[in-house]
Amino acid sequence: MTPGSPTEQRRSFGGATLRRAGLLVAGAVFVLWAVATLTFFAIRLIPGDPAQAILGGPGSQASQEALDQVRSDYGLDQPLIVQYFAMLGRLLTGDLGTSYALKLPVADLLAAQLGGTLLLSALSLVLAWVLALGLAIWSTGRGRIASAVGEGIEITAAALPHFWLAAVLIAVFSVALDWLPPVGTGTPAGFVLPVVTLAIPLAGFLAQVMRDSLLDAMQQPFVMSARARGESAAGLRVRHTIRHASLPAISLSGWALGWLLSGAVVVETIFAMPGLGRTLLQAVTLRDIPVVTGVVLLVALVYVLMTVLTDLAARIADPRLRQESGR
Amino acid sequence: MTNTLAPVLEVAQLHVGFDGTEVVHGLDLTIMPGECVAIVGESGSGKSVTARALLGMAGADSRTSAKRLRIGGLDLGAASEREWRRERGRRAGLILQDALGSLDPLRTVGREIEDPLRIHLRLPASERRARVLQLLADVGMPDPASAVRRRSGELSGGLRQRALIAAAIALDPPLLIADEPTTALDVTVQARILALLDEIRERGTGVLLISHDLAVVSRMADRILVMREGRIIEQGPTGAVLESPREDYTRSLIAAVPAEVPRGVRLSASPVRAATPPGALPTISSAPHPAHDPAIVATPLLELSHLTKTFTVPGGRFTAVDDVSLSLHRGETLGLVGESGSGKTTLARLALALTMPDSGSVSFDGEEWSALDERRRRPTRHRIGAIYQDPLGSFDPRWNVGRLLDDAVRGAREAGTNDISAGPTAPVVAALLDQVGLAASVAGRRPLTLSGGQRQRVAIARALAGSPELLICDEPVSALDVTIQAQILDLLDDIQRQRGLALLFISHDLGVVHHMADRVAVMQAGRIVESGDADAVFARPEHPYTARLVADSPRLPR
Repeated sequence: MTPGSPTEQRRSFGGATLRRAGLLVAGAVFVLWAVATLTFFAIRLIPGDPAQAILGGPGSQASQEALDQVRSDYGLDQPLIVQYFAMLGRLLTGDLGTSYALKLPVADLLAAQLGGTLLLSALSLVLAWVLALGLAIWSTGRGRIASAVGEGIEITAAALPHFWLAAVLIAVFSVALDWLPPVGTGTPAGFVLPVVTLAIPLAGFLAQVMRDSLLDAMQQPFVMSARARGESAAGLRVRHTIRHASLPAISLSGWALGWLLSGAVVVETIFAMPGLGRTLLQAVTLRDIPVVTGVVLLVALVYVLMTVLTDLAARIADPRLRQESGR
Repeated sequence: MTNTLAPVLEVAQLHVGFDGTEVVHGLDLTIMPGECVAIVGESGSGKSVTARALLGMAGADSRTSAKRLRIGGLDLGAASEREWRRERGRRAGLILQDALGSLDPLRTVGREIEDPLRIHLRLPASERRARVLQLLADVGMPDPASAVRRRSGELSGGLRQRALIAAAIALDPPLLIADEPTTALDVTVQARILALLDEIRERGTGVLLISHDLAVVSRMADRILVMREGRIIEQGPTGAVLESPREDYTRSLIAAVPAEVPRGVRLSASPVRAATPPGALPTISSAPHPAHDPAIVATPLLELSHLTKTFTVPGGRFTAVDDVSLSLHRGETLGLVGESGSGKTTLARLALALTMPDSGSVSFDGEEWSALDERRRRPTRHRIGAIYQDPLGSFDPRWNVGRLLDDAVRGAREAGTNDISAGPTAPVVAALLDQVGLAASVAGRRPLTLSGGQRQRVAIARALAGSPELLICDEPVSALDVTIQAQILDLLDDIQRQRGLALLFISHDLGVVHHMADRVAVMQAGRIVESGDADAVFARPEHPYTARLVADSPRLPR
């Protein structure tokens, strides 16, 4: 069958895009609602009393009257279902509530912490891509030994836990060599170890995917055609195979950013960096429900946005995804 | 070009080996400017490896040596990869079989054609673009200005192949190597691509054509080299090789071309299989009838009446099958020909009731078939078998052949049929393997380890497991070499004769359909444009579309 005329295809592309956008927005709203609901109920499974947390934690020795007062002020004496709908109502108006522990609006708290964590995650994602691409390119088309070495590095890197990697990096580069600070100081040097800690395991995952698709692309007849036109090995990579190898890794990057945000909890704590991760950890220990809900919702929102972005990026990188009817 | 009288390709004693196993044993070949030489052989004969070795691309793990290897007057016998790179595209262009895979799906056709200009010439970008447009016009691409922005997935098979040819001749190389350039293309498209290659040859380019199909190369080759197991076993001018072949192998290649071989005449050298001992195989009660027996003409086994099927596509609805009526009698073969996209496969799916028609009906053995709900259809399903172009996709790769067939036999029994005797399934499986000409040992092998011909035999055995009365064959031999194709066609013929099967035989290849079918229906854009006795239709086509198909079909000069 001959393909439709270009104008026809453009029109169907526009229609399909609108439909997709509608589905995505509906999906995002559903995900955020589900996340808010799950967090609301899950946090009640943690032992401890929120009223106690509001009054300064278990060590504060607040009186029974003070506790009762706080419970009725914060609506904690209401039935759970009433509290749930009250929370949903507040969320709908964009009000994330006030932190129990810090007595600050959650929105302000998150806004102050979001930047650092996003920067950490984004830098780690970029570094992971560079490492993965480099490893994938180096280990393919170079014989069996390079391939086995590449595979070994990937699997090891992907299996490294953040806390262990962070400890080793600190021991080597801060304690033994004294090149880099062991805590996130907010300076560029302070970012190096946290970013590397987050990037290395992710690079392992990405490299595995990239190498597979790179090997697959190198087997394709179009590579043979390009070589028959006189294309060099480097030209083959730049113009052909790397683009093919990037496609699955692009799709994975949405998942990767979410993974990095959860890794940030560990890394920010170890390197004592301010950020969403540390805020979340503290909030959970203090049973600061509004902050926990706020962080979780924010992370979910970033997740959803990244999914949309990677979907878009994949469609830009792979023209085949744009033609619905073509084979 | 330097000297037009010098050969564009001179090869002496070309050897190619992989891991110590030699696959090409001392090939000699010379091609003059404006000459077309064809290498013909089956898959695995070493012809594609030869094509690659001639460009220094046999592979990293290969060992290539030649006493002499000169392309366009330049000695490349001891060329390094760097030297080869400088000459590829400039001295020789390569066209591969699968144009969909041979053009990078992520890049526009314009960029792909621009590549050789960019790599080998120092030209300003605007001039390169102008050259690309000119090349596309030269290869007969309609509307080059919009084609340069398309990607291979947006072009039809023929246009893709044109774009690939444009990229190969971008630098006007003295030698063009075409490895199965028209396999998988429709006959009319194939004829046009061959005409294009012939035009390029007339402009003085030497063409090396590689194919498994003698009929295809006989159209344009000046000389033919027959390759078998890495050796040229026979060569000579095309007419001489076809008319008086010296080798048996060449004769078998010629005999395998089905075009104009009357029905019932065997295409392959394999002996007629001994009749299977009675009782070993489940048989159907009805004896085979000759198709022209008037007594059976009255009750068609399969009847399609006024079938219409449309699909939703972006921007409207596409009518795949448009008011088609056909009938098929017991023991008869109805051939269905048409180009890709003409609706043949949709029609097959309608006949199998895998797709439901928008209007019209299918009846089987005089009873309603398509209108039933699936639960009531299931007990009858085993009476209709089906085989497809690529059987591999329909096999569970973890199962061996024995288990695949065993499963099919059990499935047919569970359908609640009384004609299939109860008892152990092993003898039935063995008998099925025997009937399709496979050794009993094949039962223990997995489909992935079988050759294309063996896989198709397994598919046929599986289709026979339910003792069908009707076999629907959708392009059953399109992916096979001519010699293997000949064996499969002969097998289908034998089985039909033994079992009195009715065949609905679908193919884009007129030669194959003509050889197999009693009656034929020609399909174009969802409609049956002509139907009737196969010999009559192909000898005196009435519809212009049929006439074009007949004219474009490759055939041997007999």
